Amino acid sequence: MTDTASKPGQTEVWITGIGLATSLGEGLDANWAALSEKRINVDEERFAPYIVHPLMPVSFDSQIPKKGDQRQMEAWQRIGTYAAGLALDSAGIKGNKDILSKIDMVVAAGGGERDLNVDTGVLTAEAKGANAPGFLNERLMSDLRPTLFLAQLSNLLAGNIAIVHGLGGTSRTFMGEEVAGADAARIALARIASGESDIALVGGSHNGERKDLLVLYEFGDFNLKDKFAPVWARKDHAGFALGSAGAFLVLESKAHAQARGAKPFARLTSVVADLARRKQPGDMAATLEQLWAKLPRREGKGAIISGATGAEPATSEEHDFLKGHADFPVRSTGTMFGHTMETQFPLGIALAALSISRGALFPPNDSTGTEIEMQGAPTQIVVVGAGHWRGEGMALVEAVG
Amino acid sequence: MTAPRDKLERPVVVVTGMGIMTSLGAGKADNWAKLVAGESGIRTITRFPVDGLKTTMAGTVDFVSVDPFSSTGLSERMAELVTEEALAQAGIGAKADFPGPLFLAVAPVEVEWPQRRELGRAVGAPDFTYDDLLRISGGGKYSAYHHRFMFGSVAAYLAETFGTKGSPISLSTACASGATSIQLGVEAIRRGETDAALCVATDGTVNPEALVRFSLLSALSTQNDPPQAASRPFSKNRDGFVMAEGAGALVLESYEAATARGAKILGVIAGCGELTDSFHRTRSSPDGKPIIGCMNKTLADAGMTPDQIDHINAHGTATPENDKMEFNTTSAVFGELAQKIPVTSNKSMVGHTISAAGAVEAIFSLLTLEHQRIPPTINYETPDPTILFNVVGNKARDARVTAVMSNSFGFGGQNASLILTREPA
Repeated sequence: MTDTASKPGQTEVWITGIGLATSLGEGLDANWAALSEKRINVDEERFAPYIVHPLMPVSFDSQIPKKGDQRQMEAWQRIGTYAAGLALDSAGIKGNKDILSKIDMVVAAGGGERDLNVDTGVLTAEAKGANAPGFLNERLMSDLRPTLFLAQLSNLLAGNIAIVHGLGGTSRTFMGEEVAGADAARIALARIASGESDIALVGGSHNGERKDLLVLYEFGDFNLKDKFAPVWARKDHAGFALGSAGAFLVLESKAHAQARGAKPFARLTSVVADLARRKQPGDMAATLEQLWAKLPRREGKGAIISGATGAEPATSEEHDFLKGHADFPVRSTGTMFGHTMETQFPLGIALAALSISRGALFPPNDSTGTEIEMQGAPTQIVVVGAGHWRGEGMALVEAVG
Repeated sequence: MTAPRDKLERPVVVVTGMGIMTSLGAGKADNWAKLVAGESGIRTITRFPVDGLKTTMAGTVDFVSVDPFSSTGLSERMAELVTEEALAQAGIGAKADFPGPLFLAVAPVEVEWPQRRELGRAVGAPDFTYDDLLRISGGGKYSAYHHRFMFGSVAAYLAETFGTKGSPISLSTACASGATSIQLGVEAIRRGETDAALCVATDGTVNPEALVRFSLLSALSTQNDPPQAASRPFSKNRDGFVMAEGAGALVLESYEAATARGAKILGVIAGCGELTDSFHRTRSSPDGKPIIGCMNKTLADAGMTPDQIDHINAHGTATPENDKMEFNTTSAVFGELAQKIPVTSNKSMVGHTISAAGAVEAIFSLLTLEHQRIPPTINYETPDPTILFNVVGNKARDARVTAVMSNSFGFGGQNASLILTREPA
């Protein structure tokens, strides 16, 4: 097991910036208002029978002023670059060259969107008999946009963020679906806690409105079809509804934040992650239990923000784990935002920090009784991220004491 | 005996196992013999038709079989084989029980053409839309493709096979990925989180679309005939890099842990550095400051000065821009020493192994330290008169080598450098 808990003598790490662009809206107020009003934005028509949570339209110009930059990106990169800009704004460091020249970036990313016309064109031509040896080569050479590759490369989300916002520190991109988001936070936290880094931008982005992704997840029958239901109510109609979202956080050592007069939303105390073998029923729940035991929880009101996907058997296993911690009221980001894959864990940390800073957990939105009301302000929130296929992560976000 | 802590009071990180595979062959012995003999692994592609392509050669690994074939499957298999070699050398842990985390540099994963074509054929009609592909994707017939084309699938397989601990990290920093995987391992040991780390980098992505993508960016050499002469780092007539496949694995340990169990120490990762270039998606900042900063950070991390580096294992892709930029930035850091320190580019022989390159070249650097012999930069017939490196041209050179800097620069402004040294006497 790998874990990143602040050890005695290690630097306390604060969350001083949050950037959100999601299916519920842009910015912290819009997202908080939608959560408070239990508003969910699902589209059951556009990709029917598949359900997605589409991005609430944003004006990309406000964070990505150059049209040329926007053209060089596909939607997932634009969403992420936009949300990263919001996080830098939120932390009060946008345009601050001294800080941006040294900020460390850890991004959780998938890959780029394919040109569906090119793919379909090749396949239908082949179905009609095109079988010359070089047919695929010639079509790809003539039909692919030269810069499309750059809009598809995983590390070019970080690359675009660096270019658009002028980041000049370090840049690492982690891949690997849901747990990549947890590992990004884990490594950034470890580096700051140990003094290797003072400040980091961490997060991810996802465009869920993609047929090529629907094909990929349909291979495993993971897509939610026909009718939306909260994550916990999908047991007999399992699946995830892909969501579009960008979620970025600015993590900072307490000393660095205090020196520049920055106020924290919350403290990121610990991030742990593991890879359950998931060979036998209960393997994943056992791993979640081990991760839970590693978090240095304290006395005080706690809550859980879960990134459960709605896919089975992972969601039922996580549900079993949650039942053992019923004193921590649960909220599901999958219900509210859809499944945003690499972004789900940073999104969970963002909502945990937001809830702590606003002195309340957002209300439940669930028909099964898994989510219950919470009275009073949470002082510690555990973010749980179990992948639909592999990977488990957990974080502890606390009020700054 | 070296101190268990470095100048910055951090645990010293050593290498106790290495495994490698390139188009030259499998394993350290075979690779090293061919490398110092100046052999090229670049050949005309036979894996798929090359009709209609501008570039028809690559450094493919054709001696490893994968069924059903996919680039991700080949990456996985190569990673497995080099890890077996590294673990056998290190003699660490028990079978399927490696006592530390896995950091894996791997090319971004995506559904590939053979599988897409299978789907297209399964529609069973001459005219169809993408929706028809989507309609037939479910039902379990293709469930293996879901697993295969998850980004985390290669790392999950390696973690389960070798019993690495915790959540394995799959990473991409483009052409610097291999160096980043080593850096993550070094940092984890220095922080005291673990005594050992398994750092693996693999790339098996010579497929039609990958070739077309780089071709459309005008990044590849088109000097197809003869293929062995295509990769010409630091030459006046260089015209791009040659795509290649390969993998490298390194077992890293704290010096204390390695000596406590009596392990043979193959070298020290003395310094790591990285710095982002925010100038352009594919081009370096014209002033070279990010690369200069990267090299300087790496020297500082190692607590060394330029005069202590006696060999540079260059990124040396043989693109017109890279090699020139690399000389200019190296000169800014090393001054006149940039024209004296022997420099070589392994890519002249094995091509550019992209995601694996940083680890492959770190291993070659460690073998250089072990053998006190610098592999040549082949195809160095017409030196670029503006690149005044002391290139180890065409023939291997015996030299006293105590510290090597290995550089990796990639798309997206990724720059990473490593400094590797022998175990101090």
